[in-house]
Amino acid sequence: MTEPAWVAGVVVIPLVGALIAVLAGRRAAPIAVVTAVGAAVAAAALVRQIARDGVVEHAVGGWAAPLGIALRADGLSALFVAAVAVVGTAAIVYALAHPGTPHRFHAAWLLGWAGLAALAVSADAFNLYVALELLTLAGATLVALASEAAALRAALRYILLALAGSLAYLFGVVLLYAAHATLELSALGAAVTPGPVTAVAIAAMVAGLALKSALFPLHGWLPPAYAGAPAASAVVLAGLLGKASFLVLVRLWFEVVPPSLRPDAGLLLGVLGAAGALWGAVLALRQTRLRRLLAYSSVGQLGYLFLVFPLGTGPALAGAVYLVLAHAAAKAALFMAAGSIERACGSDELGALRGLAPRMPLTFLTIGLAGLTLMGLPPSGGFVAKWLLLGASLETGQWWWAIVLVVGGFLAAAYVFRVLRLAFLPAAGAAAIARAPRGAELPALALALVSLGLGLAAAPPLALLGAGP
Amino acid sequence: MTADLLPLWVLLSSLVASVAIFGLSERRVATRTAINLVAAVVKLALVAVMLWGVYQGARYEVRVAFVPGADLLLRSDPLSLLFISLSAVLWLATTIYAVGYLEGAPDRSRFFGFFSLCVASTMGIALAGNLLTFFLFYELLTLSTYPLVVHRGTAASLAAGDRYLAYTLLGGGLLLVGVAWLHATAGGLEFTVGGALPPPGDAAPSYVACFALLVAGLGVKAALVPLHGWLPVAMVAPAPVSALLHAVAVVKAGAFGIARVIYDVYGVRLADTLGLLRPLAAVAATTIVYGSLRALTQDDLKRRLASSTVSQLSYIVLGVATFGQIATVGGLVHLVHQGLMKIVMFFCAGNLADELELHRVSELDGVGRRMPLTMAAFTVAALGMIGLPPVAGFVTKWYLGAGALDAGAPWVVGVLLTSSLLNAAYFLPIVYRAWFGVRREAWPPPAGRLEVRPTLLGPTVVVAALALAAGVFAATELSPLRWVELIAAQEYGP
Repeated sequence: MTEPAWVAGVVVIPLVGALIAVLAGRRAAPIAVVTAVGAAVAAAALVRQIARDGVVEHAVGGWAAPLGIALRADGLSALFVAAVAVVGTAAIVYALAHPGTPHRFHAAWLLGWAGLAALAVSADAFNLYVALELLTLAGATLVALASEAAALRAALRYILLALAGSLAYLFGVVLLYAAHATLELSALGAAVTPGPVTAVAIAAMVAGLALKSALFPLHGWLPPAYAGAPAASAVVLAGLLGKASFLVLVRLWFEVVPPSLRPDAGLLLGVLGAAGALWGAVLALRQTRLRRLLAYSSVGQLGYLFLVFPLGTGPALAGAVYLVLAHAAAKAALFMAAGSIERACGSDELGALRGLAPRMPLTFLTIGLAGLTLMGLPPSGGFVAKWLLLGASLETGQWWWAIVLVVGGFLAAAYVFRVLRLAFLPAAGAAAIARAPRGAELPALALALVSLGLGLAAAPPLALLGAGP
Repeated sequence: MTADLLPLWVLLSSLVASVAIFGLSERRVATRTAINLVAAVVKLALVAVMLWGVYQGARYEVRVAFVPGADLLLRSDPLSLLFISLSAVLWLATTIYAVGYLEGAPDRSRFFGFFSLCVASTMGIALAGNLLTFFLFYELLTLSTYPLVVHRGTAASLAAGDRYLAYTLLGGGLLLVGVAWLHATAGGLEFTVGGALPPPGDAAPSYVACFALLVAGLGVKAALVPLHGWLPVAMVAPAPVSALLHAVAVVKAGAFGIARVIYDVYGVRLADTLGLLRPLAAVAATTIVYGSLRALTQDDLKRRLASSTVSQLSYIVLGVATFGQIATVGGLVHLVHQGLMKIVMFFCAGNLADELELHRVSELDGVGRRMPLTMAAFTVAALGMIGLPPVAGFVTKWYLGAGALDAGAPWVVGVLLTSSLLNAAYFLPIVYRAWFGVRREAWPPPAGRLEVRPTLLGPTVVVAALALAAGVFAATELSPLRWVELIAAQEYGP
């Protein structure tokens, strides 16, 4: 274990960048680019450090755990920070090229970047709360950047529900702190004993995080927020911010929740996750607009993640984290593509996509490649994740989750091909189509290729998670 | 380039071609054709080198760490070489054919890009060294064929595409569960001559269930009844697709996979002990007869051929699911023989459609006089399918029949006889109409000196000659039959 101070850089750089971007107003774009480069370098250094030496711990300013801010980064932190850097940088490039991106996007997104990084390297329950609130603020701003009334309503709903989730989480933190006088996760894990206080605290925290993760049946806030936000906002919301609460839940579950509480509660979360996976896919199948389809697809994909709770650590945890990574790249790519299409056709109605493929081949290639991860078909990161979850469910004798995974895959194939088949139809009419700028098409394709590459070079990231082949 | 990496080069030769072709603009016809042909010839050369090496006992292996318990593994063994050689030869023939057939058609970059991707997937399926790698390419084949099925963009082809996906993705799902379950039961499984599974012990029911899932998943592409419904519908695709993919690559991927599972995963002895072979043989026998009966009533030529494919594929399955070395030889060698004969027939159907706009059997009266070489090639292939010597199909049926008697399954001979009669009943009318049928009005004259463009006629005649040669020279050292005898001898052990 080592204590390099620069680890704090993964949080500090985007945070400082966000503040400068706010001050820079309309000239925020160059600030965002510089910040992204700096934060990406810090993320790469963190990955390299952890791959070489394992877990990194650092007490900010030299204050030790109970008082100061303790940072702790393991393989999961490193991978998530890396995903934030890759998707986040691509999102900024996209925002620069996509016409009509509000200039305040950069500040809001850099704030979100800082929140995500803080969340990934936090080792205590209160710091996690602070990170979650940063994300609430950033997320609501990102949604509200759209000026239409519907988007503002969605933003209001987003912020109310996100705050409710955060408060429930905070309530649990307070209860645990009152009982055990510590907030550090590993210390809490050693201290908690099954009992009414623990049960209430854990229930409040889990429920709050489940609401923020859009776990079925608490998912209603998600589709309007994702579908109404400006294109660049939707990219980071669906790609990254949507997964943050799940990661907190994973930390909490495997480090704090007493093992005796895990089976029953885990089964409940698994059942809700499975229901969400199937219901989200069914609703995605019934949408007539591309971005709403993608948003419901996110509800479904987030549902799979919750299978980790009944399936436990080991390959299942690796599978869930891998799905977070693959889905981050793929869904961000898809929302970029949807934004480009909406810009080109003036609408994201599925019917408008007829015959569009020859005009926007790169965008359709992106949808095809990223769609592989949603369907869980090889070669894609989504397939590797599905394989790990499938193996975990069969090895532990819980074959019913395997059925959910496979059936969910069929449904996903149905909605992905609903979009892709339109590429082969002749054009509907001589509608005026503005060409998408290359700068908006290329980052989307790059992210789609990342989701594909995760399906071929799976060994290094899995090794970081301690689940290498 | 080191020899060890040969399997990777074979895979990359079509993958690189695919990416390069996608990147080309629609108008660069000459460049595209050059890439296609160079890639096909390079692959053929690489396969020839590999074939020679494997013949002399070399094994090439490329391994990349992937997930816990399974690597990405490409490996060449005699069985993979059997499939690869067939695909490489027929890819070259079909590429030439497709360049001619699609002359002037729209979206050719997309077509040839996916076409090469299909071939790359087929190579991966043949070279896969474990079930996970096999699955990876099996699904990739599904995905890369879909754009070819819907290529024309008509309502009919999109409907066919939907059905194609529904069947093949369902099959992929079953296969995935089977592979994952077998992994959970018995660990990472690399294909091993004689079988890779440890003795079942308590796990026997799991073994049986996994076998059912694997075979059902593979059976979709192998068009086993009742999983065959996609194949006749997929005939809306352009002729080269029907020829290479739906007569050879896709359907063979299923049959080849079933052979892999029986021989190199379970091991034929274990599969027999667990009682897995007999039900599969029964399904195959049903499919043989059912496919032939369906073919009788089809007037659309390509659909008749497709129903015949359903039937013929199950010869392979029947052979590999019969416990006995001779029957195994009959089944595996049909992998090559059926491919050669059926692709000729689809080429002929394409020639008829392209030159004279003929699509139905009932329109073929007297066409032999207008297109003698095409119909001669068709006749050779049809006689082979029926099982007449000296065409390749005879060798198959001979070994299947002798093998069945040897294995104590005389009922198989009954199935073979019934099927041969049915084959004759649906193929001979075509041959008869072509040569002896009378047509009132004159045929439109050919544009050039030949009955149809040379790019279409050449591959047709050459592959028909190969089908004939595979039968006539079956006893020589370099025939598919000899190669398969080598494989079967290894699988059954000393």
